[in-house]
Amino acid sequence: MASDTTAAEGSSLVFHPMDQFIVKPLFGDGAVGMFTITNVTLWLALAIVAVIALLVLPTSKRAIVPGRGQSIAELTYGFIYKMVEDVCGKDGIKFFPYIMTLFMFIVSANFLGLLPMSFTTTSHFAVTAVLALAVFLTVTILGFVINGAGFLGLFWVSSAPLALRPILAVIELISYFVRPVSHSIRLAGNVMAGHAVIKVFAGFAAITVISPVSVLAITAMYGLEILVAFIQAYVFTILTCVYLKDALHPSH
Amino acid sequence: MATETKDIVSACVDSYGSAVGMPQLCGEWMGNQIFWLVITLVVIFLILSRVALPRIGAILAERQGTITNDIAAAEDLKAKAVEAEDAYNKALADARAQAQAIAAEARAEIQADLDVAIAKADAEIAAKAAESEAAIAEIRAGALDSIQAVAKDTAGEIVTALGGQADEAGIAGAIDARMKG
Repeated sequence: MASDTTAAEGSSLVFHPMDQFIVKPLFGDGAVGMFTITNVTLWLALAIVAVIALLVLPTSKRAIVPGRGQSIAELTYGFIYKMVEDVCGKDGIKFFPYIMTLFMFIVSANFLGLLPMSFTTTSHFAVTAVLALAVFLTVTILGFVINGAGFLGLFWVSSAPLALRPILAVIELISYFVRPVSHSIRLAGNVMAGHAVIKVFAGFAAITVISPVSVLAITAMYGLEILVAFIQAYVFTILTCVYLKDALHPSH
Repeated sequence: MATETKDIVSACVDSYGSAVGMPQLCGEWMGNQIFWLVITLVVIFLILSRVALPRIGAILAERQGTITNDIAAAEDLKAKAVEAEDAYNKALADARAQAQAIAAEARAEIQADLDVAIAKADAEIAAKAAESEAAIAEIRAGALDSIQAVAKDTAGEIVTALGGQADEAGIAGAIDARMKG
């Protein structure tokens, strides 16, 4: 094992695209236990700081005519508020703080992950799976609490011919349970892939002839990653709204 | 022998500190990530629901209220402006009508005065003309009489100068006859 790696290190090209995702303790070299303060802790804390810096500090003046920072905070608020209102309807508004929490966390973590040398918390399935499962469990429990057994109507497509309905019900049921999987892997996969690709291009930069191309490619990928960082946060949030709408109004 | 200690520390990192496979699938890190994630989410949720969202919502509501009030005030002022303009136009029309009435009245008065004056002047002119005609007739009559007298005298003198006997009655009769003819 050690000799394999030594052989790999011996060549001029060294690729360690996944090393950026390693969780390590911030203090000392010990094992990573459940409560160890790790780089995950640091970058999650920075996400909290980013949320405060985006939404709390700029609005402290409560200006009627907003400044730059307050405008951004208000735009973000209006963006998510309108999304919840449009997708879930008026009765979805009471879930706005939860959805805003999800969006702000994902968007902050994604953009913090784009800083060089940073650790991207949203590239880990453990993180996105918790988010997705939280949404899935909330939606499912909420659906049964609000609609009772009527929530099962979500799987019984009443607009389809009667003969097709059992088959459709099975498909709907499977797709319902695949939701948290796709929901979490979509986010982590997109973020991880982009970061890994940037590292691979960075590895090629060791060869002098290729390095200009490599730098260009890294720049292009970085631009793409900025897009992905926002779009994936947006997609995660709007899907949450769509799932929530199913719980509130299960009829198709 | 750092290699061995590192291997003991984690099964997901090899002796050179590189990742073994996908770090995302490393089970021993997941508990740590989930623990801190849950804390982070709770903290963010508390910050948003206690501070940020009510504050931004209040700002937006306040702004909406201000805008609505300002628009209402603007509507009021606009209505008042329209009212004022109407009043102004009405006053203008009234004033114009009044001015026309006054002008017409003045014109009628002047016309009446003028008529009186013209009538008076006409009467005076007629009187003067009659007087003048009388005077002219008198003068003319006077002149005829004078001519007759002068003619009689002259005729008498001529007759005398020619050595005749002035017959006053005859001369007078001759002159009267000539004057008529």
